[in-house]
Amino acid sequence: MRLQFILSEIGIGLRRNLSMTISVILVTFVSLTFVGAAILTQGQIQKFKGEWYDKVEITVYLCPRDSTVPSCADGEATQEHINQIEQVLESPEVSPEIREVMFESKDDAWVAFERNFSDRWWFTEMSVDDMNASFRIKLTDPEEYQVINEVLTGRAGVEEVRDQREIYEPLFDVLTKATLVASGLAGVMLLAAVLLITTTIRLSALSRRRETGIMRLVGASTLFIQLPFMLEGAIAATVGALLACVALWGGVHYLVEGWLGQNMDWIPYVTTGDVLMVAPWLIIVAILLAAISSIVTLSRYTKV
Amino acid sequence: MIRFDNVTKVYARGARPALNDLTVEIERGEFVFLVGASGSGKSTFLRLTLREEKATSGRVLVAGQDLTALSNWKVPAMRRKIGAVFQDFRLLPNKTVFENVAFALQVIGKPKHHILTTVPETLDMVGLAGKEKRRPHELSGGEQQRVAIARAFVNRPDILLCDEPTGNLDPTTSLGIMRLLDRINRTGTTVVMATHDDEIVDQMRKRVIELQTGELVRDQSRGVYGSSR
Repeated sequence: MRLQFILSEIGIGLRRNLSMTISVILVTFVSLTFVGAAILTQGQIQKFKGEWYDKVEITVYLCPRDSTVPSCADGEATQEHINQIEQVLESPEVSPEIREVMFESKDDAWVAFERNFSDRWWFTEMSVDDMNASFRIKLTDPEEYQVINEVLTGRAGVEEVRDQREIYEPLFDVLTKATLVASGLAGVMLLAAVLLITTTIRLSALSRRRETGIMRLVGASTLFIQLPFMLEGAIAATVGALLACVALWGGVHYLVEGWLGQNMDWIPYVTTGDVLMVAPWLIIVAILLAAISSIVTLSRYTKV
Repeated sequence: MIRFDNVTKVYARGARPALNDLTVEIERGEFVFLVGASGSGKSTFLRLTLREEKATSGRVLVAGQDLTALSNWKVPAMRRKIGAVFQDFRLLPNKTVFENVAFALQVIGKPKHHILTTVPETLDMVGLAGKEKRRPHELSGGEQQRVAIARAFVNRPDILLCDEPTGNLDPTTSLGIMRLLDRINRTGTTVVMATHDDEIVDQMRKRVIELQTGELVRDQSRGVYGSSR
């Protein structure tokens, strides 16, 4: 009897304020889509870093035959230069930062070069002497690139120290900024959602003042009086959250997995599985929003 | 059943008190008229009894409970022992007679079979048998007030508070309502009725409590409306 009664009250309330209910659904939908997008973008960054920070190394290019860099004034890097650099890398100040060092000789570089580019028209112009010998270094902490850079740059025989991660930094930068923008929009929209839910609940409570007045009079408990209004807000917000989940799923499935995944398959992307991980949180946020709005509103409009 | 001990109620700071140091006691099963000019404190008396308001000072005891010390969450349970009827009926226009009365039981969680037996019984008692499916706007004023009384009485309260229940009704209809209230009183329910209707008070010859600017000026068993008469 009680449950049936509460459910019918909720139905009446939602239908009576149909346009408000729809706007609550839409606002929570949009705001939570932004929240979800922000979380997924961060997830994408993490995934990308996780995958690439392991593969990407610092490359120390040694002087080739005709380099114009000052530290290469002596000409091509000699075995002596190479030994000196190895000593530096093995010194107690530097070695803890290094996980792995690999030396790539000019000939090794040529083999790799030949394999990749032998079909290009300019390949015939090149020879083994155009190659750089290099040290490929993996760091224990990829963020410590600067240490290696300082000790090796400008040293005789070293042409250039390059952090391969630099290539990806702009990408991370864009993604981080996108996260910030999405978070900002999400914040504004969430505020709008709270205000709108508050207004909706208040309208609903006002339009049913007669009922709630009688309920108070005959001794209905406060919870019983307030529950339909709370659930009204919560249901509308949850529907909005579900729509947001569907939108995110669709976005990831068709745009990221379908389109980006096909065109640039060398990057690991967020998957629809990640969306499913985010979804429960979005629904929890929606219910929290509705709960906060209800508590604020109802304490004023349906007091004992 | 209802006891006011030196009760004062001030609504706004600095304003004249609506009730001023009122002490009065109403026994179980009594029928009491509450009379006095507008603003004399009749409605405040009823509101304090329902705990829609809290007394500024003094103690209000209703059905053995001290309302001035009662915590908010216990108020609903306490109100289930009190029925209330108003001048403007306060019915729900989109519900039928039966639904209006059943509403009072639904919202306090009574089981369906209880509602299905008690509501027709009560409608029968107030003289509305056969009109269960009507809506309030299809009924006369007297009938609407009977629905309101049925709703107030359906949970068999210890006390029935009536705030000018005949205020909107013609004398003949009012008489019918008074007979009904008298019948309810005979079942052992304490009835407190605030009214301006001198004819009814003079006819019924029940206890009369007269208030004037928040103070008790007359408490007379088997009294009449005006003290001057």
